[in-house]
Amino acid sequence: MDNANTPLVEMTRISKEFPGVKALDGVDFKLERGEVHVLFGENGAGKSTLISILSGLYRPTSGSLRIDGEEVDLRSVHDAARHGIGTVFQEFSLIPTLRVFENVYLGRELKRGPLTDRRAMAEGARALFHDLGFEIDIRRRVSTLSRAEQQMVEIAKVFLGKARVLILDEPTASLTEKETRKLFAFIAKAKADGVGIIYISHRIQEFREIADNISVLRDGRLIGTVSARDTSEKTLVELMTGRAIDQIYPEIGRQPDGRTLMTLRGMHGAGFHGVDIDVRAGEVLGVAGLVGSGKSRIWRSVLGLQPIRSGTVTLKGRDVTHAATRHMLSGGVYYLPPDRKGEGLQLAATARENIKLNLLGRAEIVGRLGIVAPRRARALADKIGERVGIASAHMGRIVSKLSGGNQQKVLFGKGFGEERDIYIFDEPTVGVDMGTRAALYRLIKEIAEAGKAVVVISSDLPEVMNLAHRLLVFSKGRVSAELTGTEIAEENVLKYFFAETGIQP
Amino acid sequence: MTIQSSRTEDAGAPRTRATILLAAIRFVFLRVGVLPFFLVFSLIVFSLISNQFLSIQNLTNVARQSVYLVLVSLGQMLVLITGGFDLSVGTAIAMTSVVSAMAMVALAPVMPDMIWLAILLGAGAGLGAALLIGCLNGLGIAQFDVSPFIMTLGVQSVGAGIALFLTGGVPISGLPYDFGNFFGFGRVLGVPVPVMIALLAIIGIWLLMNRTKLGSHIYAVGGNVRAANLSGVNTKQVLFLAYVLCALLASLAGLLLTARVESGETNLGGTIALESIAACVIGGVSLRGGLGRVENVVLGAFFIVLLQNGMNIAQIGSYMQMVLLGSLLVLAVILDQFRYRMLVGDR
Repeated sequence: MDNANTPLVEMTRISKEFPGVKALDGVDFKLERGEVHVLFGENGAGKSTLISILSGLYRPTSGSLRIDGEEVDLRSVHDAARHGIGTVFQEFSLIPTLRVFENVYLGRELKRGPLTDRRAMAEGARALFHDLGFEIDIRRRVSTLSRAEQQMVEIAKVFLGKARVLILDEPTASLTEKETRKLFAFIAKAKADGVGIIYISHRIQEFREIADNISVLRDGRLIGTVSARDTSEKTLVELMTGRAIDQIYPEIGRQPDGRTLMTLRGMHGAGFHGVDIDVRAGEVLGVAGLVGSGKSRIWRSVLGLQPIRSGTVTLKGRDVTHAATRHMLSGGVYYLPPDRKGEGLQLAATARENIKLNLLGRAEIVGRLGIVAPRRARALADKIGERVGIASAHMGRIVSKLSGGNQQKVLFGKGFGEERDIYIFDEPTVGVDMGTRAALYRLIKEIAEAGKAVVVISSDLPEVMNLAHRLLVFSKGRVSAELTGTEIAEENVLKYFFAETGIQP
Repeated sequence: MTIQSSRTEDAGAPRTRATILLAAIRFVFLRVGVLPFFLVFSLIVFSLISNQFLSIQNLTNVARQSVYLVLVSLGQMLVLITGGFDLSVGTAIAMTSVVSAMAMVALAPVMPDMIWLAILLGAGAGLGAALLIGCLNGLGIAQFDVSPFIMTLGVQSVGAGIALFLTGGVPISGLPYDFGNFFGFGRVLGVPVPVMIALLAIIGIWLLMNRTKLGSHIYAVGGNVRAANLSGVNTKQVLFLAYVLCALLASLAGLLLTARVESGETNLGGTIALESIAACVIGGVSLRGGLGRVENVVLGAFFIVLLQNGMNIAQIGSYMQMVLLGSLLVLAVILDQFRYRMLVGDR
C-alpha cells in the first residue's frame, strides 16, 4: 500500500463558470480514506457545483481532479461511478413504478444468458440492505415508500457500485430523528471500512457529531478547512456569512399596526396540520423551517396549487378558501415560486414577453375586446424591467439564456405587473449571487415600505432572519414559534426547527 | 516568410466569409426554422426540372390549391402552440362536408325562393358539427387531462364513423348550384372566394395571436403551463378554446372543399392531419409548444402544396409523394429539436 499517503480525492484549483456566473473560483479540496468531510456554506456558495463536478455532472472550466493520486476526467455520473464515486443527490433518481430491488440494479441488471435474473437481484438487494441495516421490503414499489425509505434505497444503490467515495447532499433534510440515528450509525460503519464521505448540510449541531473536517465555501471560494473538534459553532457561522451583515440586508421600516390583509385559520392539508397565520400590511413576515416542514406547502395551498383539507383563508374580509389560483392572483396576491424554471418562467420567451404576460389584466393595456395595445405593453414592461434592474439589452433576450440573478429579477418584475397587496416570495434568492441578492432585498424593502404585506419563505436562515419583522418557525407541519424583534436569533430559531409540538400559547 | 503570410491571408478571407454565412444560417434557423432552407432547395430543384414550375400561372394555381391546407394549418398551429396537436382535423372536415351537404339537400326544396338561407343554414349545420368535435376534444384534454394524442385519435375515429354511418359511404350530391358556384368557383373583386376567405382567416388569426389576450395566453400555456397558471391564466379555458378554434377552422376548409367538389363526401380530409402538422413544424412551430408564428405557418402550408405541385410536374407518383412527405415531417421535427435546444439551452 504505497499510495496510502496520497489522498483519496484531491481537487486542485477547481473553477467552474456558467454564463454570467462564476460558480467556483480556484477551490482546493482533499478527502482522505475513512474521513467524513462536511461542506458548509450558504445557498449558492458553490457546494452543489463542487459535488456535481466530483460526481461527473459538470466538467470544471479549469483545475485538476485526482483520485488515488491518478488524474481523472469525469464525463458522466456513470464515469464517476466507475472510479468509485457514488452520490446521493437531493433530487432522487428512483423510478417510482419499479420495485426496490429493480431500482437498485437499474442499469447493471444481473443476467442469466440473455434474460435478467430477477431472483439473483432480489437476493443481492436483500443481502445489501441487511448489511447496511436498512429494514425495507425490497419487493415494494418505490412509490409506496416514505421519503426516508427512498433515501435509503438511493444510498443502497450507490453502495452496490462499491463506492469508495460517498457524497451525501443534505441527507437528513427529510429524515426523522430515529432515521437520522440510523444513517449516522451507517456512516460510522462505512467510515471504519475506509470509505471517504463528503457530507453537505446546514445543520451545524447535527454534523458536528460525525464530521472530521469542515470546508467552508462562500461565493464560489474556499474560505478555509477547519477541524470539526476545534471550531465553535459561532466561528462557523462567521466564516459562512463572512461579511458585515447590514451591507447586504437593508433596514426595512415597519408600519405600526398594519391592517391584517389575510388570515389563515385552522389550516389542514398535505404537510401542514392546524396552522393559524395573520398577514399584515407594511410588514415582512418571515417563514423559516426545514425542507418538508410545511413552510412552503401552506402557502401553495392558499394559492390553490394544492388542496386544503380544512380551514379557512380570508383575504381582505372575503372567504377565499379553495379559490382558483387565478382568482387569488386577481384578488391582489402575488406568488413567486421557488422553482423558477419549472414554474416561474416561459423559458423560450424573452424577458420582456415574460413580464408582459402579467400586464394583461390591466385595463390600459387590454381593451374591452381583449385587444392588446402592443406599444403600451412594451413600454410598461420596459419600465418594470428598469425598476427591477434588468439591463435594457437583456429585455429582448430569451430568458433561459440569462443568468439566475436576472431570471429572478424577471420573476420579481412579473409581480409588478398589476397592483398587489400581498407578495409571497418562496425562496426569493435561490441560486443568486450576493450582488443581485442585495438588489432583490432592496426591492423587498421598497414593497414593504409602500405598505404592502410581504411574506418571505426561505431555507436560507440569515436571509429570513434579517428581513423579517416577525418570524414564523415551522416544524413538522405546525408553527412551532412566532418570534419578533430581538427574539429572532439563530439559536432561538434553530431550537424551534426540531420542536415536536405546535406553538405554546 | 512572405509566402507563408500571404497563404494564411488567403486561407483567412474565405474562412471569415464562411463564418459570416454560417452565422447568418444560424440566425435564420433560430428565428424562422427550417422553412427557408426547404423552400430555397425545392425552388431550385423543381425549376431545374421544369420551366413551367415558376410561371405565374402555376404559382397562382398553387396559391388557390393551398387555401384549404392554410386554413387547417392555422387551426393546427393554435393547438400545437398550446403543446398538443389535433389528429381529428380530417374528421372535422368530413363531418362538415356530410352534415352541411345533407342539410342543404334537405332544405333547398323546402325553401326554393330563399336558396341562400338554405345554404346559410346548411353551412351553419356543418360548422355546428365541427364545433361539437372541437368541444369534445377540448373537454377531454382540458378538463379530464386525456393526452391530446389519444383524445383526438379517438374523436377522429368516432367522427369518421358517424360520417360514414350518415352517408352509407355514398357521396351526397344535388347541392344548390349557387353554393358551389360562389364558394367553390366565385370571385369577389377579381379574387377567388376561397382565397379571399383564407386571407381573412389569416388576418384574423394573426390578430388573435399577436394582439389579443387570448393569443398571449395560448403562447403562455404552451411555453410553461405551470408558470401560466401562476400568472393568472385560466389554462383549462385556453386549452379548450384552442381545440374549438382548430375544429372551426378545419370546418371552414371543409365547407370550401365541399363547394369545390359540389358534393358531401366523407373522404375529403384524408391526409390533412399529417399535412397540417408538417406545414406547422416546417413553418417553425415547436412540438414542445410555446413557439410559432402565423405568417410562417401560412408559408409552411404553401410550401407543402408547392412541393406536391412540383412533384406532380416532375411526374412523381402519389405513393412516392406520401413517402417523401412523411420523411420531410420527421426531418423537420429532428431539426426542430436542435432548434429548441439552441434556443433554450440544455444543461
